[in-house]
Amino acid sequence: MRKKEMIAMLLAGGQGSRLGVLTRKVAKPAVTYGGRYRIIDFPLSNCINSGVDTVGVLTQYQPLRLNQHIGIGIPWDLDRRNGGVTILAPHVKGGDSGEWFMGTANAIYQNIDFIDSNNPEYVLILSGDHIYKMDYSAMLQFHKDRGASATIAVLEVPMEEASRFGIMNTEAEDKIYEFEEKPENPKSNLASMGIYIFTWDRLREALLEDNQVHADSDFGKHIIPKMLDEGQPLYAYRFQGYWKDVGTIESYWESNMDLIRALPEFNLYEDFWKIYTNSDHQPPQYTAPGAKVKESLITDGCEIYGEVYRSILGPGVIVKKGAVVRDSIIMCDSVIGENSVLDRTIVDEECTIGDGVQIGVGENAPNEAKPNIYYSGISVVGVKTTVPNHVTIGKNCVIYGETAFEDYPEGKLESGKSVTRGM
Amino acid sequence: MKAIGIILAGGNNKGRLGALTDHRAAAALPIGGCYRAIDFSLSNMTNSGIRKAAILTQYNSRSLRDHLTSSKWWNFGRKQGGLFVFTPFTSSEDSNWFRGTADSIYQNMTYLMRSSEEYVVITSGDAIYKMDYRQVIAQHAEKSADITVVYQKMEDKDLSKFGVLEMDGDGRLTAFVEKPTTPPPSNMASLGIYVISRKLLINLLNQVVPEGRYDLVQDIIIRFTKTLKIYGYEFNGYWNAIGSGVSAYFATNMDFLNKDVRDTFVNEYPYIETKPKDEPPAKYNIGAEVTDSIVGSGTIFNGRVDHSIVFRKVYIAEDAQVRNSILMEGCRIGRGCVVENAILDKEVELSDGQRIIGVSSDEPAVLKKGTRL
Repeated sequence: MRKKEMIAMLLAGGQGSRLGVLTRKVAKPAVTYGGRYRIIDFPLSNCINSGVDTVGVLTQYQPLRLNQHIGIGIPWDLDRRNGGVTILAPHVKGGDSGEWFMGTANAIYQNIDFIDSNNPEYVLILSGDHIYKMDYSAMLQFHKDRGASATIAVLEVPMEEASRFGIMNTEAEDKIYEFEEKPENPKSNLASMGIYIFTWDRLREALLEDNQVHADSDFGKHIIPKMLDEGQPLYAYRFQGYWKDVGTIESYWESNMDLIRALPEFNLYEDFWKIYTNSDHQPPQYTAPGAKVKESLITDGCEIYGEVYRSILGPGVIVKKGAVVRDSIIMCDSVIGENSVLDRTIVDEECTIGDGVQIGVGENAPNEAKPNIYYSGISVVGVKTTVPNHVTIGKNCVIYGETAFEDYPEGKLESGKSVTRGM
Repeated sequence: MKAIGIILAGGNNKGRLGALTDHRAAAALPIGGCYRAIDFSLSNMTNSGIRKAAILTQYNSRSLRDHLTSSKWWNFGRKQGGLFVFTPFTSSEDSNWFRGTADSIYQNMTYLMRSSEEYVVITSGDAIYKMDYRQVIAQHAEKSADITVVYQKMEDKDLSKFGVLEMDGDGRLTAFVEKPTTPPPSNMASLGIYVISRKLLINLLNQVVPEGRYDLVQDIIIRFTKTLKIYGYEFNGYWNAIGSGVSAYFATNMDFLNKDVRDTFVNEYPYIETKPKDEPPAKYNIGAEVTDSIVGSGTIFNGRVDHSIVFRKVYIAEDAQVRNSILMEGCRIGRGCVVENAILDKEVELSDGQRIIGVSSDEPAVLKKGTRL
C-alpha cells in the first residue's frame, strides 16, 4: 500500500464574496495575484518546495478555472506516479443523495477515503486564500518534536487588531489551551493562519465523532475546541514572514501594491522557494518607443505603448498609445484603449476598455448597492467586460458585461454606481 | 501524423559566431528575449502534428541537453512518439563523429527503421521561422515527389551563403547550386528544410554513406537532381538562420522589435514554446526608462534601456544606459554603465561605470558568458 508521511488537503471551494465581482466567475483561490500568479499558486508551490507531493484540492464554488489551472499539476511538479494533485469535488454518494461540503472539517470528512488511500501519518490542511511562502516541513518537524495531535500555524498580529482573527491562547512552549474566534477582549495576539497539521488517526477520529453532532463541521468552531476539551496536545507554530489574507477588494489591491516597492517585503525574485504557475506560454513583453513604465510589474506577453505607473499588469495585457494606467491592477489579456486614463482600477481578465475612457474620477462615494465591498475608491471591471469608447467612470463603480455607450447616461457613470449587462 | 522529424543541430557553424558558440551549439543560442533557436523547429514540428522527432547534435551539446531536459514543453513526452537526442557514440563497429549531415542520420538508422510513418521532415536547428509542415507534405504528396526542398525568394540576402535552386515550370528541380561563387541561376534559396519518404531516405543513405559520401545536399540532393523527382516548395513567411554570423544573430534578435515578427512568433497561435523558467513579472522601478525593447520575465530595471533585447533575470542598476544591445539571461549592469551596440552573453556582470561600446549592429562588441568587468 502507498505510504505517505504527510499529504496536504487544500480547501479551495470558497467564493470569497468580499472580493465582489472578481469572484463572480471564479473561486477566490483562482483570482490572479502579482501579475502572473493565481492565489492558489502560493500554497501549491509551498507544498512542492516543502517536499509534500500529494495534494487533494477541494473545490466547490465555480471550479472551472481552478480545474483548468491545476490540470494534472505539471507546473508545480505535482504530476506524479504516486500521489500528485487530485481535484476533489462534492459528489453524489449512494442512492441519489448529493452533499455539498458544509464546513471546512466536513469537507475533509467527506474525503476520508481519499486520505486513507494515501495512508499518511500526518495531514496538512491549507486554504487557498493567502499569499505567503512557508516551509511546511519545518512545521511538521515542530509537530513531531512535540508529539502534537494538531499544530496550528499562527501569526503575531498587533494586539489592537487581534479581535479580527481567530486567536490561540497559549501557555508555556506555545501549547494551546484555548481557541477564541474574533474575541472582543483578546488575551493573546497569536492569530490562526488557517494552516493545520494533524496526526491523521487523531483527526480521523475527531471527524467521525464530530460528524454525528455537527453537519457543518468546522475546524475553528468544532474540531479544535473538541480536541482541546479532550485534553489532546495542540501547539501553536509561530510563523514569521509575509502573510496576507487577500479577502477584500482593498486588501487585495494593497497586497498587490506591496510588490512594487523598491525592496518589497515579499520577494518573488529569489531562486530559492520559487512560486510556480500555469501559463500557456511565457513569451517576452514589449515596451514601445515613447512608452513610460515606472514602479510597476509587467508580465510576459504585454505590449506597452502608453504609460504605466505603480501598477501590476498580468500576461498579455495591451496598453495602447496615449493610455495612462496609474495605481491599478490589470489582469491577463485585457486591452486598454488609446488615450484612456485609469486610476485605482482593477480590470479583471480578458476585458476590453475602449478609447478615451476615464475610470476613477470624482468624489469617493461608496458603492450604492454594496457599500461594504466597494468603499475604498477602487473601481472594478469584471471579467470579459467591454467598456465603450469615451465614457467617464467614477470611483467605487462596478462594471460587468458587454456594456454599451447607452448604459452610461450622457457618457458618465457617477462614483458608487454600477452597470451590469448580460451574463 | 504521417511524418517523423529530424532536426540537424550538429555544430557550432564553424565558429562563425565566435565566443557566442564557444560553449553551446548554434541551436541553443538564446533569441528574442526568452527563446532558444531550437524552440522554433521543435514547436513547428509539434504544431504540425509530428509526434516523434530526433535532434542530431555533436558540438558541445550540454546547453542543448540542459534546455531539453524535459520534452513535455513541446508536447513530446508521450507514449506514442517522443523526442530523441542523438549524439555520436562508439560501438564495436565504429567510433566515428558525425562526418556530415547524411552520415549523422545514417549513424542513427535505427530511428528511421523503427518508425512506421511515411515521411521524414528534416530541418536545421538554428533557423527562426514558423511553418506548418503539413502543407509541405501535402504538396509533396500531390506532386508525387521523391524529395521536396523548401525555398524562399531572397531579396536582400547574400546568396553565396545558400544553396540556390533552378526549377522548371512545374516547380521540379533542374539544378541545385550550393553556395554559388558565380552569379546564381535564381534568387530562390534553399532553407535547409526537406520532406522525403522514410523508405527512400533509408535506401539513399544505405547507398551513399558506405561510399564515403556524407553530405545531404552534395551527395543526395545534387547527385540525384536528375534521377529523382525533387520539387521546390515556396515559403513566404519570416525566415532567418542565426548561425551564419554575429551580425545575422544580432539582426534576427532585433527583428523581434517589429510588430509583424512579434505577432508571428509571440502573439499568434500556434505559439512557439520554450522551457518555462517561472520567473516573476519584470519589475520597473522608479528610475526605469525602457523604450522599444523586448523584455524577459524576472528582469529588474532601474536605468535606461532603448532598442534592445533584454532576456530573463537581468538587473539594470540606476543611471545605467543600454542602447541597441542584447543582454542575455542573468546579466547585471552596474550603476552608470553605458552599453551600446553590444551582445552580452549570459551572466555577464559589469561593475559600476563600465563602458561597453561596439562599432555597429554589424560589428557589435561581444562579451562572452560569465565575463566580469
